[in-house]
Amino acid sequence: MSVLEQALESGTFGVTAEMAPPKGCDFTEEMKLAETLKGLVHGVNVTDMQSASLKASSLGFCIALKQHGLEPIIQMTGRDRSRMAIMGDMLSAAAFGIDTMLALTGDHTSVGDCKASKPVFDLDSVGILRMLTRMEATGLDCGGNELASTPHFYKGAAVTPVYEPIFLQINKLKKKVDAGARYVQTQGIFTVEALETFMDQVAKANIKVHVMAGIIPLKAAGMARYMNENVPGIAVPDDQIAKLAAAAAEGKEKGVKGLPMKAGIEMAADLCKQIKERKLCDGIHLMTIGAEQNIPTILEKAGIAI
Amino acid sequence: MIVSRRKPVEEVLAMLQGVKRVAISGCHECALACKVGGDDEVAEWKALLESKGFTVTGTAMPNESCLNFYARKAAKELQKGNPEAVLSLACGSGIQTMAGQMKNIPVYPGSNTMFIGQVERVGHFNEMCRMCGDCVLGHTGAICPVTKCAKSLVNGPCGGAKNGKCEVNPENDCAWVMIYNRLEALGQLDKLSETLDDKDYDGKSWPRSVDLAKEAN
Ligand code: SF4
Ligand code: SF4
Repeated sequence: MSVLEQALESGTFGVTAEMAPPKGCDFTEEMKLAETLKGLVHGVNVTDMQSASLKASSLGFCIALKQHGLEPIIQMTGRDRSRMAIMGDMLSAAAFGIDTMLALTGDHTSVGDCKASKPVFDLDSVGILRMLTRMEATGLDCGGNELASTPHFYKGAAVTPVYEPIFLQINKLKKKVDAGARYVQTQGIFTVEALETFMDQVAKANIKVHVMAGIIPLKAAGMARYMNENVPGIAVPDDQIAKLAAAAAEGKEKGVKGLPMKAGIEMAADLCKQIKERKLCDGIHLMTIGAEQNIPTILEKAGIAI
Repeated sequence: MIVSRRKPVEEVLAMLQGVKRVAISGCHECALACKVGGDDEVAEWKALLESKGFTVTGTAMPNESCLNFYARKAAKELQKGNPEAVLSLACGSGIQTMAGQMKNIPVYPGSNTMFIGQVERVGHFNEMCRMCGDCVLGHTGAICPVTKCAKSLVNGPCGGAKNGKCEVNPENDCAWVMIYNRLEALGQLDKLSETLDDKDYDGKSWPRSVDLAKEAN
């Protein structure tokens, strides 16, 4: 049984992290970072060429994590694969003991760094989940043919909690859950209020799913402003940006480096702590964007152990 | 309507390298409306080719270049001038239909065919239908998610729209925000709760044909 499944389904507060494979064929550095997560998280999401920027594949990196004793969560998008390719990759994943997945539609190739690539989108997140659920229930492949052996996955999806009109995201979330998603990780959320508003909507729509709040530890005021401008669904409040800017100014005055990053860690840890203590949702998903070494500190400050 | 654009002159001249005698064929339907293959454009190409030293042996303006019947008539006319090549300003379908009627004479494209679209106003065209063969407009307030959504999502939006604009191209409205607004206005928001089937590509390998007579039997 999937480690994340055991945690969430038994009411344990779930903790996941996220890593991106490198743009290259040497995983050494990433595996060193991954080692620091051992025993701290229920799973490590491996992104599938996020922002449509070319990286080593999610499947290969997941296998490497597994071999290093971590629990990978394979992210699967429909951007570059037909339904056959998705199912084939999932069968291979299962052969290597990967049992947890997250279905995403995927960012469009035209916003990425290999713009001439064909955008496939044979299936969206709902379609991927539905296909896998059907496979698990029937033992048949996507063409209705019998599989010699059938895997089972703990399936999840993503959701953008800050969205206008939110009805559309809640409605699609319902479709994802109906299609087999048992947990969802949210886009980065920065305030307790934003999370509470979203959880209210989920409850009102009577959607039964484990919600893991997406946490992005901020590194600098500029990064926060950039994300507010450019990343859909991200809304960093002004007071947090001000804190980061103040930390940068203080660092400059004292000649100390890394103060904004520290401030970001504090804010993220504080948010995680409140989420857990006030039982606002079922877990957290830490998106550290290459700074996975900060995860142990964040979890320790938040008082979260698995 | 089939929306097309003019092919760059250099590209056309490169195709016509070594040719002296050229005929030009337009199309009185879509290509005319797109200002790619109407009477004016045929005259423009004629003047341009002549200025480059070509002999233009004749011009034709079939009602619809994609109709075998009209294409045959035009081809017959053009062949009389004994051209070494034909430049067709019709859409891709019209060019091929014309080529099928020109015996042993190559037909070259003077257009790039873009999409099936609406004429919003003169000279402004919008893509409307990607010809999926299985129309879902009845579920989506007559706004096509296959075409208007950059990812052709049929079951609701991705998470990427910002201020109602598509994450892929912020000049476009997000299809699903438009669909939502339209269905809300129609009092049909409940339609959004249906989960539609994934698009089925079985039997959709191209080239496709429709034969009404065969179907009637
Ligand atoms: S759903 Fe869209 S692409 Fe398909 S036939 Fe209808 S309008 Fe055309
Ligand atoms: S933003 Fe809207 S239109 Fe653009 S890809 Fe996403 S769902 Fe489709």
